[in-house]
Amino acid sequence: MSEVALPREEAHPRRFPVGWMVAALVALAVLLPYAAPGMFGWAKSYPATWIVPISDWLKAFLYWLARDATFGLFTFKDMTRFVSGLFGHALDVPKALLSTGITLGDEDGAFHIPRLSWAGLIAAVTIWSYLLGGARLALLGFVGFGYILVFGQWDSAMVTLSQVIVAVLSGVVGGILIGILAYRVPRIEGAVVAALDFMQTVPTFAYLVPLVFLVGVGPVSGMLATILYAMPPMVRVTLMALKRVPPELDELARMTGCEPRQALWKVLVPSARDDLLVGVNQVIMLTLNMIIIAAMIGAGGLGFDVLNALRQANGLGKGLEAGLAVVALAIVLDRMSRALVEMRPVHGPAAQRRRQLFWLGLVVLIGFTALSFVVPALEKLPNEYRISTGNMWSDVVSWVNINMFATTDAIRTFLLLYLLVPVKTFLIGFPWLGLVAVVGGGAYALGGWRFALGMMALIAFIPVAGLWERGMTTIYLCSISVVIATLIGLPLGLLGSRSERMHAFLGAMCDTLQTLPSFVYLLPVVMLFRIGDVSALVAIVLYAMVPAIRFTDHGLRRVPPSLQEAGTMAGCTGTQRLTKVELPYALPEIMLGVNQVIMMALSMLVVSSFVGTNDLGKQIQVAISQADPGKGLSAGLAIAFLGILADRMIGRFVAARRQRMGL
Amino acid sequence: MAMVSLAPDTASSSAKVRAATDAPAALICRNLWKIYGANAEAFLRENPMPTHAEVRAAGLFAAVRDASLEIRQGEIFIIMGLSGSGKSTLVRCLSRLVEPTGGSVFYEHQNLLRMSPAELIQVRRHKMGMVFQNFALLPHRTVLGNVAFPLEVQGMPKEEREARALKMIDLVGLTERAGYYPRELSGGQQQRVGIARSLAVEPALWFLDEPFSALDPLIRHEMQNEFLRLQRMLSKTIVFITHDFDEAIRLGDRIAIMKDGAVIQVGTAEELVLNPASDYVSAFTRHVARAKVLTAGGVSVPVTPGEALGATVPARALVAEVAEVVLTSNLPAAVVDKNGMVIGKLERANVIANLVGGVP
Repeated sequence: MSEVALPREEAHPRRFPVGWMVAALVALAVLLPYAAPGMFGWAKSYPATWIVPISDWLKAFLYWLARDATFGLFTFKDMTRFVSGLFGHALDVPKALLSTGITLGDEDGAFHIPRLSWAGLIAAVTIWSYLLGGARLALLGFVGFGYILVFGQWDSAMVTLSQVIVAVLSGVVGGILIGILAYRVPRIEGAVVAALDFMQTVPTFAYLVPLVFLVGVGPVSGMLATILYAMPPMVRVTLMALKRVPPELDELARMTGCEPRQALWKVLVPSARDDLLVGVNQVIMLTLNMIIIAAMIGAGGLGFDVLNALRQANGLGKGLEAGLAVVALAIVLDRMSRALVEMRPVHGPAAQRRRQLFWLGLVVLIGFTALSFVVPALEKLPNEYRISTGNMWSDVVSWVNINMFATTDAIRTFLLLYLLVPVKTFLIGFPWLGLVAVVGGGAYALGGWRFALGMMALIAFIPVAGLWERGMTTIYLCSISVVIATLIGLPLGLLGSRSERMHAFLGAMCDTLQTLPSFVYLLPVVMLFRIGDVSALVAIVLYAMVPAIRFTDHGLRRVPPSLQEAGTMAGCTGTQRLTKVELPYALPEIMLGVNQVIMMALSMLVVSSFVGTNDLGKQIQVAISQADPGKGLSAGLAIAFLGILADRMIGRFVAARRQRMGL
Repeated sequence: MAMVSLAPDTASSSAKVRAATDAPAALICRNLWKIYGANAEAFLRENPMPTHAEVRAAGLFAAVRDASLEIRQGEIFIIMGLSGSGKSTLVRCLSRLVEPTGGSVFYEHQNLLRMSPAELIQVRRHKMGMVFQNFALLPHRTVLGNVAFPLEVQGMPKEEREARALKMIDLVGLTERAGYYPRELSGGQQQRVGIARSLAVEPALWFLDEPFSALDPLIRHEMQNEFLRLQRMLSKTIVFITHDFDEAIRLGDRIAIMKDGAVIQVGTAEELVLNPASDYVSAFTRHVARAKVLTAGGVSVPVTPGEALGATVPARALVAEVAEVVLTSNLPAAVVDKNGMVIGKLERANVIANLVGGVP
């Protein structure tokens, strides 16, 4: 960051050379602890006596919330009980429909109403997919749900699906309502946007810790965590969508004498339909991502199968099967909801056909379910028709281990010896005061004293809260994977911007990579590189690479043709044009991509603590199993602060760049 | 109507002038101001007539400055100005879509600015209609749904409102498309829907905010004719915004020209051409096809007693309409008023000068 800023300091040569002073201070703070460890040892490793017991404070606060906090009429505990009861009942409905069915009466003479038949559901999904997106989508829906059935994942998948349904409905409805409120009341808007910014930088895991503590382990707290995680984008999308409704439509509502309620529900919200549906798609994907992770706190379903496999020594084959079922569910739901966004209203025979298909799907669903009263095989597919590839996958895993061990192990050892371990050692041994000073110097160059103070406070949280070693491990894994992801993503994005075919291919690839829940990445990675930092690194790079590709491609495509022509006419070679014209122009956009990479890397980092890293994510994981909310929250905060730090610094840089170019 | 085959546009415009000159005022605004910025109202209370410099010095921006207009019943009143001249803000002040900072707006002897929100809703539901530049159609409703929308908002039963909406759709010639969605229609058709919708409540006061600006020139011309046809049937009181002076001349009974938020001149097209109030106005009128604006009476010169005159032309006829008669005759034409009295003469040179657009 500091190199970037130097030119700006040189722009004011006549003033007192504050910039050089700052640079000198930073250098002193970094070098002195190395030069004179006796005198400045306190600046190198943070003295244990200076650690502020933030974890304990947070723990005490949460205990207070859970035991004593009261809103006058009811206590905080009453509220959490009420909320979890409410969602528990809400979950019963889709669970009965999809997973358990309903059993009436006592044990003898009990009457069982079957769950929705698998045959009916697959047929209905296929028909509705056809209605939404034609034959290709229908095939995808059929194959996706067919896989889940045939490979024996149906029961788990339906548990997950019923949680997804409740979480998506609550997330969408809640998000729209909060979004409307923020749109209507400008005073609330600022607070809501600030809260959204914060919530989106807090890693997924950090939600789990206090929830386990306040609500307890189980499907409901898993679902609540998922709703908390998936709702913020819906709020943001709603706010944006409502603001994007043409002002003329608002005027129309007023000129026709709409009352505020009519204006909202008859004009504004329906006109924002397309944007809102994009938000729904996002909520679905985030929900699926989180509900799998929430298996950690007892959400069950497919996530539990994946988690269980990761915990067992040779369960990897089963885990892959469940992981693929997650992938199938994710892709089908994603493509169906996207097709819904694309669907435009039509009139006449086409509209009638749509209605017919919709009803046909429903009739088939109910028909098969009714049949399953008589034919139980339609409710639950008999075992002999199922295929398990668990053994095959286990064989694949052993084959990989036997035949590719030499290669993967060589890669692993090389990475560890020459990259990971040296960087890790260097960073953990780095003077804490030096780190704070480096961040402060960079932030000063980007945004002045006040900005620098804020950023220094964020980074200082790590040593002050006593999280130095785990925090630095997080920083080390994050920075290496961000560098690698960017190094892979940039050239790919560049290729994408040069050719339409590559653009289409990368688009499809990124879509699929983004559809996969983060948890799923861990399975193949562990298979190849076993437990450890290398596995985490590879998983993070794969997961976080997407924005680097997307933003580079997009940024380069946005370079105005006139600028490219100007470069060509000035006699640039292709390479010169790229480095002197296009890349500088696209740099702000690319940096926004890097920013996204950092955010995704941070969130994946926490998930990847499952494969044996010893970072802040690990602390959260430990906190969940030990039910120590203080520790988990402080680690979560540390990660959130790192995210905010990166976000603000890059944001400043991009804004300054854009301003200079007059964009 | 006898002249329609000869020149439909001009025939209709002379019909309008007749309708409007002696009608009572329907919509009146006095000393209307719209100033944007913090504490604009307090500022205007302390300085009732601030200059440009004073407004700027206070860190404010005046979009409408001291506008006073009287719009007569049944006339097409054009508010014409370039972008940023404040015409859109002015029309929104007249309908209170934008809250004016100072002044008054009277409609049927009621001050719109004093009305409660509930009263305003009633006035808008029953007395006003508005057509928007970019159509402002609701994308999720069919043509029928869009046109019936203002009636639905009032709470009219479904059958009744759809019957009324279908009548309006028929009026703009879209009966075949009633089940279509807006995105399935062309721009011209979309604006026909916008027009039908604004007429559905049978408003007495019709606002049109640059209704044809977003359309191709060819379609625009067709829609202007359509608009004149509708107005001949309906005789609404119309406030029509445009930035196109040719459109203003073609459609308007009277035209108000705006610049920097102020109304600088109000008059018929002929008055604007013959007596521009400022260089700014004459800059607009300079390139106008004068023969289509000026009347025989307006450009006639006094008759020398005993002079021999040829054909007779009515004073109200446009120069373009009588050009052929005057040019093919050797004698100057006699210009007569509606009682048949000769009020002047029209010479060939006179007609030619106006036909080629030069200053007489």
